Amino acid sequence: MTQKVLLTSKEVNIILHRLACQLIENHLDFSDTILVGIQPRGTFLAERLKTLLETEYKTPEIQLGYLDITFFRDDFRRTEKPLEANKTKINFIVENKKVIFIDDVLFTGRSIRAALTAIQSFGRPSEIELLVLIDRRFSRNLPIQPDYRGRQVDAINDEKVKVNWKENDGEDSVCLITN
Amino acid sequence: MKELSVNHLLGIKYINKNDIDLIFETADHFKEVINRPIKKVPSLRDITIANIFFENSTRTKLSFELAQKRLSADVISFSAAQSSVKKGETLIDTVNNILSMKVDMVVMRHSNPGAAYFLSKNVKASIINAGDGAHEHPTQALLDSYSIREKLGDVAGKKVVIVGDILHSRVALSNIYALQMQGAEVKVCGPKTLIPKHIESLGVQVEPNLRKALEWCDVANMLRVQNERMDVNFFPSTREYAQQYGVDKALLDSLDKEIVIMHPGPINRGVEITSDVADSQQSVILNQVENGVAIRMAVIYLLASKIQ
Repeated sequence: MTQKVLLTSKEVNIILHRLACQLIENHLDFSDTILVGIQPRGTFLAERLKTLLETEYKTPEIQLGYLDITFFRDDFRRTEKPLEANKTKINFIVENKKVIFIDDVLFTGRSIRAALTAIQSFGRPSEIELLVLIDRRFSRNLPIQPDYRGRQVDAINDEKVKVNWKENDGEDSVCLITN
Repeated sequence: MKELSVNHLLGIKYINKNDIDLIFETADHFKEVINRPIKKVPSLRDITIANIFFENSTRTKLSFELAQKRLSADVISFSAAQSSVKKGETLIDTVNNILSMKVDMVVMRHSNPGAAYFLSKNVKASIINAGDGAHEHPTQALLDSYSIREKLGDVAGKKVVIVGDILHSRVALSNIYALQMQGAEVKVCGPKTLIPKHIESLGVQVEPNLRKALEWCDVANMLRVQNERMDVNFFPSTREYAQQYGVDKALLDSLDKEIVIMHPGPINRGVEITSDVADSQQSVILNQVENGVAIRMAVIYLLASKIQ
């Protein structure tokens, strides 16, 4: 197994600031906007962006939820390994709100397809946007593209892009793992 | 990655502590799902489940059906009273006929102990036992433990007394297995005629005195007197039973601690427990019913994920 660093901690930090600014450009004071981190690993990025926006860019408090898509996936009984669920925490109704899905890596687009269905259980949002840190180009199975992207990466199918977060993995970085 | 160690849920005896933990963890997620504005997930949209009830049931059948529908499974339900069983069809024939309509899972209640086990050895489908005679009723025991865990934080180390008709109760046996597996201490309490001989061999103590039992316990699970299974008189009168083994508010208030009151339903109000106890703060009877749906969703989901 070889591992190549695609983004260092410093680069991740610069990208987070840029994404925060792009969000402000479109959503100003976030009064009608809700951030939704996709479980399991989109939640770290969502938390980070919320903190960054509120502390560095002095936005009012932003609503943040976690959405688990396990029960909405299209590969139930079709994968070798059992699907393990995570916690959903959405303590508000998303009716007529602007929802921003936040995930670390966009690969086939199937998780986002599941998230689009899952979020309907909490109301009908006025619009949904997608923010990802890493966009794996040329690997989509579905017509889904991000509205905000940190970095585009070309990786072939058996390679894996892993995003590490300080609070979970010790440091911020993005690596390309080849078996 | 975690999965159940079994392909069928025939009884608590056949599963282990890890299975129970996994079912509870999964049920936590489903409990959140059933409290959403839209209480449905599409996981099992390509699974068909048959509910076959050879014995009457309201709560369990509704709870299973609701759990299946919340998971988007296709459901067919069937009661023996209106079926060809009356015309003399055997159990295997009945079930195989249903399975040839491409059913993946069978939830069965039957009056014969071992019926679910027998079925699991003879037909090709995932079987969930919804009660087999006086043997086991695993989903009830799971939801009872889950409700204790929810109310008291943990099952391990808790003292649970099961009161009433232990002899005819599948709920009692499944509960004893489940509670002990999770590290709880179990006593049974009831008229001697309704306590099975040699029940001590399961590691439970018999406490004939209700007051002493309640003083000892953290949780009292009050079982229903199963008149329909009694072919002779096991106690002189319902009134005498209620006086000796019924719990009323005065008795509860005279204890020096607050215990949790459970009942698997249906309640004979005024026999096992009085109305003011059933409707009191200490009773978790309606929580048990709500948790029943979450637990059954978890069991069905986890078993369905193992269907090839």
